[in-house]
Amino acid sequence: MTRKQRRMTIIGGSLAVLALAAALVLNALRDSIVFFSTPTMVAEKHVAPGKRFRLGGLVQPGSLRRGDNLAVTFEVADGGAKLPVAFKGILPDLFREGQGVVAEGALDDNGVFKADTVLAKHDETYMPKDVADALKKQGHWKDDYGAQASGGAKPAATTAQGNSQGAVR
Amino acid sequence: MIAEAGHYALVLALALALIQSIVPLVGARLRDDALMNVARSTALAQLLFVGASFIALVTLHVNSDFSVANVYENSHSMKPLLYKITGVWGNHEGSMLLWVSILALFGGLVAAFGNNLPLSLRAHVLAVQAWIASAFYLFILVTSNPFLRIANPPIEGRDLNPVLQDIGLAVHPPMLYLGYVGFSISFSFAIAALLEGRIDAAWARWVRPWTLVAWIFLTLGIAMGSYWAYYELGWGGWWFWDPVENASLMPWLAGTALLHSALVMEKRNALKVWTILLSILTFSLSLLGTFLVRSGVITSVHAFATDPTRGVFILLILCLFIGGSLSLFAARATSLKQGGLFAPISREGALVLNNLLLTVACAVVLFGTLYPLAMEMLADFKMSVGAPFYNLTFAPLFTLLLLAVPFGPLLAWKRGDLLGVTQRLLAAGVAGLVAVAIVWGWARGGSALAPLAIGLGIFVIAGAVTDIVERTGLVRLPFATALHRARGLPRSAWGSALAHAGLGVALIGIVCETTWNSEYIATMKQNDVAHVAGYDVKLDGLFQRQGPNYREMIAEFNVSHDGEALSVMTPSKRNFTTRGSSTTEAALLTRGASQLYISLGDTTAEGTIAVRIYHKPLVLLIWWGPVLMAFGGVLSLSDRRLRVGAPKPARAKQRLQPAE
Repeated sequence: MTRKQRRMTIIGGSLAVLALAAALVLNALRDSIVFFSTPTMVAEKHVAPGKRFRLGGLVQPGSLRRGDNLAVTFEVADGGAKLPVAFKGILPDLFREGQGVVAEGALDDNGVFKADTVLAKHDETYMPKDVADALKKQGHWKDDYGAQASGGAKPAATTAQGNSQGAVR
Repeated sequence: MIAEAGHYALVLALALALIQSIVPLVGARLRDDALMNVARSTALAQLLFVGASFIALVTLHVNSDFSVANVYENSHSMKPLLYKITGVWGNHEGSMLLWVSILALFGGLVAAFGNNLPLSLRAHVLAVQAWIASAFYLFILVTSNPFLRIANPPIEGRDLNPVLQDIGLAVHPPMLYLGYVGFSISFSFAIAALLEGRIDAAWARWVRPWTLVAWIFLTLGIAMGSYWAYYELGWGGWWFWDPVENASLMPWLAGTALLHSALVMEKRNALKVWTILLSILTFSLSLLGTFLVRSGVITSVHAFATDPTRGVFILLILCLFIGGSLSLFAARATSLKQGGLFAPISREGALVLNNLLLTVACAVVLFGTLYPLAMEMLADFKMSVGAPFYNLTFAPLFTLLLLAVPFGPLLAWKRGDLLGVTQRLLAAGVAGLVAVAIVWGWARGGSALAPLAIGLGIFVIAGAVTDIVERTGLVRLPFATALHRARGLPRSAWGSALAHAGLGVALIGIVCETTWNSEYIATMKQNDVAHVAGYDVKLDGLFQRQGPNYREMIAEFNVSHDGEALSVMTPSKRNFTTRGSSTTEAALLTRGASQLYISLGDTTAEGTIAVRIYHKPLVLLIWWGPVLMAFGGVLSLSDRRLRVGAPKPARAKQRLQPAE
């Protein structure tokens, strides 16, 4: 083989691997991406049952009910709308009423959000960034959240390597 | 007083770094040895002053001097001594100080042990190191000064985030930074080579040990972080594809590629331009990681504080270094001479394939990390890219890579014989297939891909064994001869075989854990028994206990297997009063490479407690693999030919290694 042929082989091989990677990525983008919504956005967009998304908001005070065998229901609110959430399992250490929460799952036919993962930050003063941004955007941001956040000089919580959020599956 | 001294030392280090940035380059231009040697003294002095500054901060934390804001916000007088020390880098300012300390350490090491480097190369390398150092000293002094005082000192501190109060914090960040920052050396060497316009095989031999050191630490740092998350977060996950984890994985992938391409350059004087580019990219990814973690653009556990000015500052540093180095590369790369020729089927060809797959896998991770950020900024909607995405993209690419791994070391340099190598790998292939058959017949449930993946892991391990067997002639030759040859085998050969086997070990652990992990979640009351994977776990009772800066509730479990009592496990829930937050301390019982894992949830008024019990088969292999890889790296590093800074410039040309 000449130098040119060799180079062409290598370039051809590289292009093949790149094309493979691009195909894999495009394929994965179709159905493995999870979007973030607040209850208001869910109400506006009429999300179809069974479509997975992340729900963020504040746990409505007084809405937490514990059932048998670790079943829990609570409501997530963002000031504009509320959405009932059902979850089975152990809630994160810092799950509290009135605090920010992010849950991942899908709506069932009755419009209840069946969560399989609930995330809450490992710090009391912390508000999940997604939730805070969404609340600000909708004008429901209360100053005391901000005051809390800046008062707690290190708002963003820290855990070990990994998920920022204490996650529960 | 100590705080001011620490601050002052940092300012002096900046001044030294600025001198080191310019004077040696002027010296190199004027061919003035004295000016070039300035780099050496300033690098060592910098290490001294940054070290002093770091020790000052440690002293402040140990003495619980709450008049310093950083100590007040992250420490507590009742905190155990270990966490007072590790708490130094458990916050933004302190971790940046650790970052520059390690940068200065590497600079100092080059200055101290780089005696056999050509003078002008050393001057250039240290000058580039000083550019990086200056930028980060400025960053710390302007936006994140750890020595700021509080006007009215409080009596008690706000305590360190409870999740960080763990031995993991003592090991994981320093290891990771030694890896991250260690790649700055290969970056500086690459920039120096571009500035000088000269690069040869000897260059690769100087760079490789440094890259290897950084790679070893990064490997261990990532593994340690993963194990820490596994036992600390309380739900048994060990990798989350969190942007911050990706930020450490990307330099690892690029760094692994760099190790291999530097090999080609050292042995065959080929792939020069590519090696230079990889050196630049690897450190750029380290910088990108620092930016992602420290700027607060992503919500993460590792993002300590979200101060926009910091983000902008690091972004500027990032653009300056990545943009600058890539422009320099574009301008100068063509002037570098092309190296040796090789056929596509050859050791070089295999290493090119390795590089290709590693960099493309790295690009996929980069895409997955940045895509949500870009979409949020451009299209204004939020999304998350998680495990499903990487399972569909990263996993297939890595599968291809693992299939190719055993072939590489068996191929000859320059022109290889694929058919011959396949024949020699027949035994390894059969071992893999037998493993597939056994696992298939034995396993109940789980993905059909799992036995195949385990077979692949066995193939990779058997391939590494084949490599050693072939080199020593264990089967062909009498045993005594083989033993003699094994002793004579370069340590780097053992090193690469071990590192490759480590890949297979980790793969087997990952597959077993994800496929046959059993989980039991329920509320339990006293004397309840849970049955998990053949183990009987009985709750004996709940106890309260007072720790130094927390209260904890301990649950005592008696574990037995087939009626035989094994052990008592005591997971707990700790409540830290100062921060009002709690952590879950999981209890682990190790049996071979498998683990039983118990963590606690909430208690109810009736005295029951939510409990999560996992049985994780062969889970420890996930971390033994990387440890094996790192050990392989250490063996390779101890190879006589590669000892840090070993080659003499005059002899380097003649000692170009013959193809093995």
